[in-house]
Amino acid sequence: MDEPLVRWDWIARNAGTIGGLLGDHMVMSLVPVVVALLVAVPLGLLCSRWRWLYQPTVGVTNVVYSLPSLAVFSLLIPITGLAEPGTVIVPLTFYSLAVLLPSVVDGLAAVPESVRQSATAMGFGPLRRLVQVELPIAVPVVLAGTRVAAVSSISLVSIGSLIGRGGLGYLFIDGWQRTFPTPIVVGIVLTVLLAVLADGVIIFAQRVLTPWSRARSAA
Amino acid sequence: MITFEQVTKRYADGTVAVSDLSLEAPTGRITVFVGPSGCGKTTSLRMINRMIDASSGRILIDDRDVRGVDPAELRRGIGYVIQQAGLFPHRRVLDNIATVPYLLGWDKRRARDRAAELMELVGLDAGLASRYPFQLSGGQQQRVGVARALAADPPILLMDEPFSAVDPVVRASLQDELLRLQEELHKTIVFVTHDIDEAIKLGDSIAVLRVGGRLAQLASPAELLARPADDFVAGFLGRDRGIRSLSFVPARSVRLRPVTTVSLSADVDEARRTARDAGEDWLLAVGDDGTPRGWVSPLDLPRAGTLAETPLLAFGSYDRDADSLRAALDAALLSPTGHAVALDGDGAIAGVATQRALSEALAEAAALTAPPPRPVSPGLRPDASGAHRDGEHAGGVREAPPGSMGDGREASRG
Ligand SMILES: Nc1ncnc2c1ncn2[C@@H]1O[C@H](COP(=O)(O)OP(=O)(O)OP(=O)(O)O)[C@@H](O)[C@H]1O
Ligand SMILES: [Mg+2]
Repeated sequence: MDEPLVRWDWIARNAGTIGGLLGDHMVMSLVPVVVALLVAVPLGLLCSRWRWLYQPTVGVTNVVYSLPSLAVFSLLIPITGLAEPGTVIVPLTFYSLAVLLPSVVDGLAAVPESVRQSATAMGFGPLRRLVQVELPIAVPVVLAGTRVAAVSSISLVSIGSLIGRGGLGYLFIDGWQRTFPTPIVVGIVLTVLLAVLADGVIIFAQRVLTPWSRARSAA
Repeated sequence: MITFEQVTKRYADGTVAVSDLSLEAPTGRITVFVGPSGCGKTTSLRMINRMIDASSGRILIDDRDVRGVDPAELRRGIGYVIQQAGLFPHRRVLDNIATVPYLLGWDKRRARDRAAELMELVGLDAGLASRYPFQLSGGQQQRVGVARALAADPPILLMDEPFSAVDPVVRASLQDELLRLQEELHKTIVFVTHDIDEAIKLGDSIAVLRVGGRLAQLASPAELLARPADDFVAGFLGRDRGIRSLSFVPARSVRLRPVTTVSLSADVDEARRTARDAGEDWLLAVGDDGTPRGWVSPLDLPRAGTLAETPLLAFGSYDRDADSLRAALDAALLSPTGHAVALDGDGAIAGVATQRALSEALAEAAALTAPPPRPVSPGLRPDASGAHRDGEHAGGVREAPPGSMGDGREASRG
């Protein structure tokens, strides 16, 4: 078979479709991370404040995390619908949460006791201390968790193609069914690019938000 | 003034960290809490700014019960410095120092100006202002901690082992710095340490606590060294109490004798002549500026040459007005002649203190500081050193030098 690995003319002809799949992939992979972050911060605060909450909460998110994604997708079809983005977004949100919740709790736990006490001694109330001292100091750990969550979310979306909604994952099925490598290559390259880009954006955010921690790791 | 009135702290687990503590930390003075680990120093300190609330008893600041003040408000008026500095890692040095002014709602400009002022006050280079704390040495971090505590000019400063995590040289300089600041600022400082030497160096008064937070003794450093209340305090003070207490006796009382000097540019014959004419065993060689350079023994001089070419014997000097008897004694020990060179404030030679004069001063000091005679049961005082007993002998007998002082004098003649 002299089929080339990449047929550029196919890519050119299908650019519109590929772009649509890419957009779909971004939404379905990144919305879960953002939503999980919005949930993880308050939940993490609660778990730091009342430590006994932490183990059960992490237990639940971990159980969800351990379920095979395909099984979860299929189970959700009756609720969120076949080939609907929600069917993919909901489980991915739980996966991201399983990564982010420990990040938030660990980040807050990493605030040195001496810092907490000196803040109290200078007259910070609990809320102000949380917002101005503890959360900012937790940011590097939370962002490190966010990188992991974003990249794994981007790679997991593809599995959704088995239930009809997988963003770039559609290209894998398409190529495989037709023994035609071009879409598979395009799908892999774009997924990797997307992951690298998302990672880069978060690293950039980290440098801007926490110059003190970048300087620390450089030292 | 900070007043502890029968303060007791019992933690939830039943540990009694402080029991029935009553004392006063006078306004504008440094009061040091000292004692072994776990004796309740930190607990006592934190009850002042209500980071811990007392179980019973009251703590008053200028006659106002701290329990009646909102904790956050109370704390903004009390500077607090801890061992690990506790700086905010995410804020630059200048903003760290400006923390309390920001909390008090000062505008940013004013808060930062004030912070810059404080950096200068505590001896921090202005170039450090935009660094993050991890980019500072331990000593610099501690200075930032002190600056931060002083930022809103609180009348009270609480310091919990602030200098114990830095090396001894830096610690000594931070201590000196604190004393210099205090001369300027007159804060009411409560300083916690487990290092008795630090307590003696810094404290106007020292509260020695024993485990369980019981006050063993509250006294000035000199008083503490001279008259420890019991064996626990004496043991905690450690060795050489007598010698150390001399740090609190001014050297001014030491009788001085004129000294025969000779210029460094003089030749050896002139030096021998000078010694013969004056009938002296020792000459003090001086530079052109009149400062002492070393002792000369006329008998050991070479045949020819100037004194500048001759090795001189070591000398020790002290400031007659500013130094203690301990410094004078130390200066005497630094020289083979056994004499200490006394200088006046300008560094000019005021005379020499001979061993005899020093002995007399020591005898006088012992008579002044030692406790009055009291019965001693030999079995109970295993630590009663020579110095202690001498003190008791000497009580009230100011004219007659105590026995061992006489021994010292004999030795010095030999
Ligand atoms: N939160 C707490 N709960 C129970 N016990 C405590 C608590 N904090 C301190 N203690 C106990 O109270 C006693 C006094 O503690 P504190 O920290 O005041 O001692 P300290 O004199 O500052 O000691 P160190 O020199 O080691 O700092 C100790 O026995 C300690 O174990
Ligand atoms: Mg302590």
